[in-house]
Amino acid sequence: MSTEASVSGSLRRRLALTLIGGAAVLAVLMFVAVRNYAVQVAQRGQDSILAASVTSMLDTASLHDDAVEVDLPYAAFAMLSTPADDRIFYAIFRDGAFLSGDADVVLDPDARSIPQFQSARVRQTAVRQVSASRTLIGADTRTDIQIVLAQTQDALSETLRQISRNAAFLGLGFFALAAGLSFWATSLTIRPLDRLTNSVTVRGPQDLRPFTKPVPDEMAPLVTSLNSLMTRLDQSLSQSEDFIAEAAHRVRTPLATVRSYAETTLQRVDKEENREAMRAMVRAIDESSRAAGQLLDHAMITFRADHLEREDLDLVALTTDLVTRLTPIAEMRDVSLSVLAQGKVRYSGDPILIQNAIRNLMDNALKYAPAESDVVIAVRSEPHIQIEVVDQGPGYPANQIDVLTSRFQRGENAGDTIGSGLGLTIAQDVARAHGGDLQLSNKAEGGACAILQLS
Amino acid sequence: MKFLLVEDNSELATAITSRMRIDGHVIDHAVNLQDATAFVETEEYDLILLDIMLPDGDGRDFLKRNRAGDLNTPVIVLTARSQVSDRIGSLDMGADDYITKPFDHAELEARCRAVLRRKSGTAKTRVELGGMIFDPVAGHLIVGDTTVTLRNRELRLLELLIAAPGRVFSKQKLADRLFSYDEDVSDNAIEVYVGRLRKHLDKSDLKITTLRGLGYRLDYEH
Repeated sequence: MSTEASVSGSLRRRLALTLIGGAAVLAVLMFVAVRNYAVQVAQRGQDSILAASVTSMLDTASLHDDAVEVDLPYAAFAMLSTPADDRIFYAIFRDGAFLSGDADVVLDPDARSIPQFQSARVRQTAVRQVSASRTLIGADTRTDIQIVLAQTQDALSETLRQISRNAAFLGLGFFALAAGLSFWATSLTIRPLDRLTNSVTVRGPQDLRPFTKPVPDEMAPLVTSLNSLMTRLDQSLSQSEDFIAEAAHRVRTPLATVRSYAETTLQRVDKEENREAMRAMVRAIDESSRAAGQLLDHAMITFRADHLEREDLDLVALTTDLVTRLTPIAEMRDVSLSVLAQGKVRYSGDPILIQNAIRNLMDNALKYAPAESDVVIAVRSEPHIQIEVVDQGPGYPANQIDVLTSRFQRGENAGDTIGSGLGLTIAQDVARAHGGDLQLSNKAEGGACAILQLS
Repeated sequence: MKFLLVEDNSELATAITSRMRIDGHVIDHAVNLQDATAFVETEEYDLILLDIMLPDGDGRDFLKRNRAGDLNTPVIVLTARSQVSDRIGSLDMGADDYITKPFDHAELEARCRAVLRRKSGTAKTRVELGGMIFDPVAGHLIVGDTTVTLRNRELRLLELLIAAPGRVFSKQKLADRLFSYDEDVSDNAIEVYVGRLRKHLDKSDLKITTLRGLGYRLDYEH
């Protein structure tokens, strides 16, 4: 009877996804910020060279008899040279009118003495251009001269590409590191929960002690409620155990009284019909007490089979103990009980269940064995671990052999024999709980053979 | 034999004691552990029948205390529980055997005999009569210089007859004592066991007489 919890999401996954998602966003933001900053710095560098260059060109401008003279200095172009061999365009204007240079270069109408920068296009090529102006004063004239200097941005783009690539690597590295840290942090956070789960799982079914190991603050309410649940469960379990013990005591004690009186009376009365009544009474008492005992045993076995508590056992010792215990009953019927085994047969199983199963098989054998016959119990480890109980009684009814292990099913030849019809069911349940089975057969030479096979 | 019964339920105690007196046993009854302790200190018993749930404590504690002292008397625990673990528990505490209520007196007797045989080997009360010696605990019958080990039913039959020589036992009464209540007993089953006993007693002065329509009687020939 194991119930699966209904699962909605996973704390571990949710936590890990949140942390990794956060790391991804941070990595992208970092990449964008680094790249933008690099663009700005690079642009500023190009701009300042362009400004210096245009200023030195303007410096050479002079006015001679109303003619403008500009002597372009070599240094002005030399400082603009780049590894990518960027091209340079320039144009000179006088009072806004094109004077000389490249006619495709457009003058910024707002050009002042302070250099103005702008990104523009010259014949479809993206350029960065600077416009600056200077006022020339002659003898009686005054004229404004403007120079526009433009440069392509191949070297700058290359630099930016490199910086972007490095920034991307940095971002990826940051992301990988953050993701690793997320997994670590997640498992660190989940670990106390796992530990709690583990310590609940490894507990035996009878272990209902409260948890005392320290847990994180957030888990304290969970553990507190779990502990209070365990306490209540423990109380109600021990109450029902006490109840069953008390109920058995209350029922069995008066039954024992009636039985003893009936036996005593049977010794004293002589009239056959009275004696028959007394015998019937004793039979009824035996029947009811046996049924009550078997029902309780069956309930206990069903419970224990669900939560098998395995121990290392020697099946030979266990069987020998049982045989010693049942010998007086066998003697009463002049039946001999013997164990066939060599050395020890080690097995890991629930001793109470196995004992109960063998006891039921032996009870059956003793009930049906004729006087002065032998019941042999063989304990084997080869080829399988099994306990075989063989008697010399009438055997199982051949047509019923398959249904005898059903609950409350009794053989047609059971006759007056007292039984509850649960013995073989119990033995089979025990065998199956241990991964084996109960095999019933009749011996060719007569007699029933029950094999409790374990694995 | 001399028994001490420790049982708080007076009805059950009365039923058990009257049943056991029929078999000729002497039996004292203690209703709680305090009484039981007093009895054990003043009297010597062959066997103690001990209930577990008693008004002034757990019978197993009494057992443990006395086993730690020098009480060697065999103890059979009477339990109303059927849990195997409970039974094992009482054996660990020093009980020699246990029996579940309600019990068959024949089974109790068989268990007593088994416990006594394990503890001492022979009965203190061996019966010597008419040239034979009968040891009910060991199950031996000695006639002259031959020792026979009796089968259980032969033994119980002899025990019944020898307790009251000269008394007539009907076939039915003997069958009720020898067979359990769920056994199909044929009419001549008793005759078989009587026949065997006669053979064993052949060389002694004891004789089992058949009284037609009445039953059997053990006679002692001088």
